[in-house]
Amino acid sequence: MKRRSGSLLAVMAILLGGASAAQAQPQSGIVRPTYEPRYPSRELGAELYAGNCATCHGIAGQGITHPRPGAGGVLGQGPPLRGVGALAADFYLRTGYMPLANPHAEPEDLQQGDRVLLSDKEIRSLVSYVASLAPGPAIPTPDPGAGNISMGQQLFAEHCAGCHQIVGRGGFVTGARVPELQTVPATQIAEAVRIGPYLMPRFSTQQISDAQLNDIVKYVLSVRHPDNRGGWGIGNIGPIPEGLVTWWIAGPLLIGLCLLLGKRFGR
Amino acid sequence: MKPLRWLLALLAWLFGRRRAKAKQGESGERIVPAGAPNRGAENLVLVLLGIATLFAVGFIVTYAEFGPLELPNELLGVCLGGACLFIALALTVVAKRLVVTEEVEEEYPTENEEEQAKVLEIIHESGSRFTRKRLLVGAATAAGGALGLAALTPAVSLGPLWYTRPLDETPWYRGRRLVDVSENPMVAEDIEIGSFYTAFPEGADQDELASSIVVVRLHEGGLQLPAARRTWAPLGIVAYSKICTHAGCAIALYRKPTFPVVEPHAALICPCHYSTFDPARAGAVIYGPAGRPLPQLPLLIDSAGTLRAAGNFSGPVGPSWWGVRDSKALNE
Repeated sequence: MKRRSGSLLAVMAILLGGASAAQAQPQSGIVRPTYEPRYPSRELGAELYAGNCATCHGIAGQGITHPRPGAGGVLGQGPPLRGVGALAADFYLRTGYMPLANPHAEPEDLQQGDRVLLSDKEIRSLVSYVASLAPGPAIPTPDPGAGNISMGQQLFAEHCAGCHQIVGRGGFVTGARVPELQTVPATQIAEAVRIGPYLMPRFSTQQISDAQLNDIVKYVLSVRHPDNRGGWGIGNIGPIPEGLVTWWIAGPLLIGLCLLLGKRFGR
Repeated sequence: MKPLRWLLALLAWLFGRRRAKAKQGESGERIVPAGAPNRGAENLVLVLLGIATLFAVGFIVTYAEFGPLELPNELLGVCLGGACLFIALALTVVAKRLVVTEEVEEEYPTENEEEQAKVLEIIHESGSRFTRKRLLVGAATAAGGALGLAALTPAVSLGPLWYTRPLDETPWYRGRRLVDVSENPMVAEDIEIGSFYTAFPEGADQDELASSIVVVRLHEGGLQLPAARRTWAPLGIVAYSKICTHAGCAIALYRKPTFPVVEPHAALICPCHYSTFDPARAGAVIYGPAGRPLPQLPLLIDSAGTLRAAGNFSGPVGPSWWGVRDSKALNE
């Protein structure tokens, strides 16, 4: 018995070790030019694009419709980038959603920041290169200070909470995971609303005006430290954990009561 | 009212029977005297069961008194909890004060039949401490029956059995304009592919079940509507009821097509149980517990470019009930 548990532990250690090693490594290495200039430039962006993006998004952002083998053995396929502007480039690179190892996978923010494989200088260069391919939307500049938090909550409940949960803890839709918004900077919230990354719907300025976007951003930033008036927050993820906690309190009480009832008192 | 009459008849039967006194023959010498009656404890049990009955009846009355939208959950919970609590208290008093208990210290030797017989005799001779058994049984039946009825009461909300016509009524008719939540008319050209809109009939009560609709725009080439609905989606704009056909939640999630080559399909999703509908194929169920497609609203674009309904829904709006499939399609 003892020996068996020992070998089980060894197997688990190998599995866990393997898994963590696989996660720690970037899914595919970034190809960098041999000489990187000191300042961000469109030229550096073009070189990085050719090495890291063109496999899926095609030369000069034309997109690739039919799967085609490219750099690193990746079967390239991806949407065109002409006209997506600095907006989308900045969002996908800063969140670490891109570069993506497998064109069919959902872009995921595995560990905030760790997935970002490019330096700030490289990101700026790539953004300016992608923005130069064709005229497109710029990076939004939300101003949460000008927002109204209660309006923001109403708008968030109407447009966002269905997937992201009312305090932005994320969740699921069929076929995809919904990211949490607890650690996302203001600019990325605004970018996501305008782009509609992956399968999230896009919101035009007619649906959500820039002023309303400020309200939403202000609300999302506020839920990082929610005001748990009246008790414990319990993770702020809704009635199921709250109910569980109630049962943890009620369970021992009920068991104690049963023991008390079954006890024989002297007559 | 019928269940109540049944309950009364049952009680009358229980109490109306004359007490049949049939003393069991006792032979031989007694080991212990018969258990002493305890009328005080009996009265307490009767009172506790009475209170439990009142709580259970309170649940039924509360449920009947309030509309489905303003049901006071706290009151319902207190009633149900109270009924359970007082039944438990009554049983506790019965166990502690009214049931004869006898304990054998040693382990039960299977071969020692004499000992076993003795224990049996003791239990038999101790008899019952109940003096008004029938009254107690009646009270327990009343409490248990009322609690059972209370538990069954919410079943009446599962759906109408006969009169289902109000379920077919909607505020939509041909020519009614689509407006957003602040009553601004929806312009067809402004509806973008990849966005998700909620619309209402102009000037109608937005809280009504059949009012809210979801509007999305798809590539016209990707639409696979039945032949009879070919004209229902001008510019590829389709509209469906926002109320899930499973349990009546709002379809709050829209899965837009990602990269059309890899994932061309859009989906409308209900966040409650993840029923997933295909807006390109007349709201067909792709996944989840929903049993029928989302009702589709035919659209038209007027000369001013705003969206209007071109008729009523393709089917009954809202959660399904028995007989929903027999209900005549509203559009025909």
